[in-house]
Amino acid sequence: MSEQLEAPLTQMKAQARQQAAQRGEWRRLPLIESARLRWGLAIGAVIYLFLALASVEVNWARVSEGAGRAVNFLGAFMQPDFISRYDDIVAGLLESLTMTLTSTVLGVLLAIPVGLGAARNISPLPIYFVCRAIIAVSRTFQEIIIAILFVVMFGFGPFAGMITLAFATIGFMAKLLAEDIEDLDWRQVEAVRATGASWWQTMNHAVQPQVMPRLIGLSMYRLDINFRESSVIGIVGAGGIGATLNTSLSRYEYDTSAAILLIIIAIVLLCEYSSSHVRRWTQ
Amino acid sequence: MPVSFTSQGLPVWRRRTTRAQWLQYIAWLAGVSLFLLCWKMISDNTMWVFVEDAGRQGADLISRMTPPEWGYANVLWKPMWDTLNIATLGTALGIVMAFPVAFLAARNTTPHPLIRSAALMVIVSSRSINSLIWAMLLVTILGPGVLAGIIAIALRSIGFVGKLLYEAIEEIHPTPVEAISATGASRMQVMNYGVLPQIMPAFAGISVYRWDINIRESTVLGLVGAGGIGLQLNASINSLAWDQVSVIFIMIFATVLVSEWISARVRHAII
Repeated sequence: MSEQLEAPLTQMKAQARQQAAQRGEWRRLPLIESARLRWGLAIGAVIYLFLALASVEVNWARVSEGAGRAVNFLGAFMQPDFISRYDDIVAGLLESLTMTLTSTVLGVLLAIPVGLGAARNISPLPIYFVCRAIIAVSRTFQEIIIAILFVVMFGFGPFAGMITLAFATIGFMAKLLAEDIEDLDWRQVEAVRATGASWWQTMNHAVQPQVMPRLIGLSMYRLDINFRESSVIGIVGAGGIGATLNTSLSRYEYDTSAAILLIIIAIVLLCEYSSSHVRRWTQ
Repeated sequence: MPVSFTSQGLPVWRRRTTRAQWLQYIAWLAGVSLFLLCWKMISDNTMWVFVEDAGRQGADLISRMTPPEWGYANVLWKPMWDTLNIATLGTALGIVMAFPVAFLAARNTTPHPLIRSAALMVIVSSRSINSLIWAMLLVTILGPGVLAGIIAIALRSIGFVGKLLYEAIEEIHPTPVEAISATGASRMQVMNYGVLPQIMPAFAGISVYRWDINIRESTVLGLVGAGGIGLQLNASINSLAWDQVSVIFIMIFATVLVSEWISARVRHAII
């Protein structure tokens, strides 16, 4: 009903705009159509900005004192020091990389059953709710908060970090995998079922070939994310390069921190490049 | 099609050729060996004694976290407001910086290929460093506080918003741009009337999406001293007040859910 009314209304508006344009009063279409909402949002934003900026306390004396350190830090980027903490950096990096790989593998393996369960078109309702709940819990909390809990449970070290990243991977992969399964081409599933295939055979020959390219691409992407995350969960004691970075920063050894940051950037770039390569190759 | 023959000479369908099958076996072997090697390195660095009593530790943790000390929530309203400010002001600042970077990085609007690679470099380095690391750096430079958090969030957002926005700019229709250039419009006018209206919906969607992510990230920035509710979280964890920690977790959970809902609604309305 409302759609039928709306069509002539938009036509009338378009005519009014055209007449205004002929009089030389052309204005472009606003992003938000309703004028009241547009002005309401703008005024709300101004009031919010005022309140927020008023509540931000800035210690300008401390900031100006820190300006010298900022210059030191930028200088350190020009001359990063890879040598003097070489052993710590290598140990931290190896820990980060091993954590990344094992957690991605474990996370993806665990995410596949959860993802199958969370796809509405192939799983019964009770299983669907359980799997969706797992996904929601794993996605809501930041990796670092989960890491705090797991460090308390499993002790300091890369094991806690690996479990954390695997846990976060489950939510991410399972959600995207479930969405992928939900909009898969149903005709192929029907064709395979019509031959009298069992549930496993249907999954293996109808569902898996359709989602596999995307699954591989997403796993590569998650590998990349896990490496980035593994560089911070060390701050709370879950192993990896983050701990080394944190130590070097609190010792004011900016040249070492600069070296670590540059290494992180380089590895992320490498990951991104190779993952885009793999994705092109699988599709 | 890969076909093998039985001893009677009958053709049998196979999924892969012999060569492809062997390559697959070797790839699996290499992958599994790499995984086991990594697993061994982690296992060497782990105190298995601590892992064995993880179940008991977990149960102990849960018993200490319940019941949550609800009275503590009164202390948390100001830090929560700070957290929201870090996320919102940080996103705003990040967007303002990302906007020109995206135009410089898009292939069809960049003034020069050299500038384009510089802009891409900015985007990549901002993206590959986590906001927590940015916060660590800024806390040493600016001192602990909300300001360091805002700038950390802003610096991290540049890469995200910049990347998605420049991809949106590269995908615009060339027709309106050509039409407006044909009227003799200057470069800025073409941007303003040809490019901008086409990317505005994508831009609004990306910004709200990043705001939603930033709310999550700003809840933990306090762990390194950059203000917000993370500071209280850190204090409570250090004093082993787990019943306060559970209150903080519930507040974070609620805030994240609400921000996710708002962001989903806004993006739905735009698209």
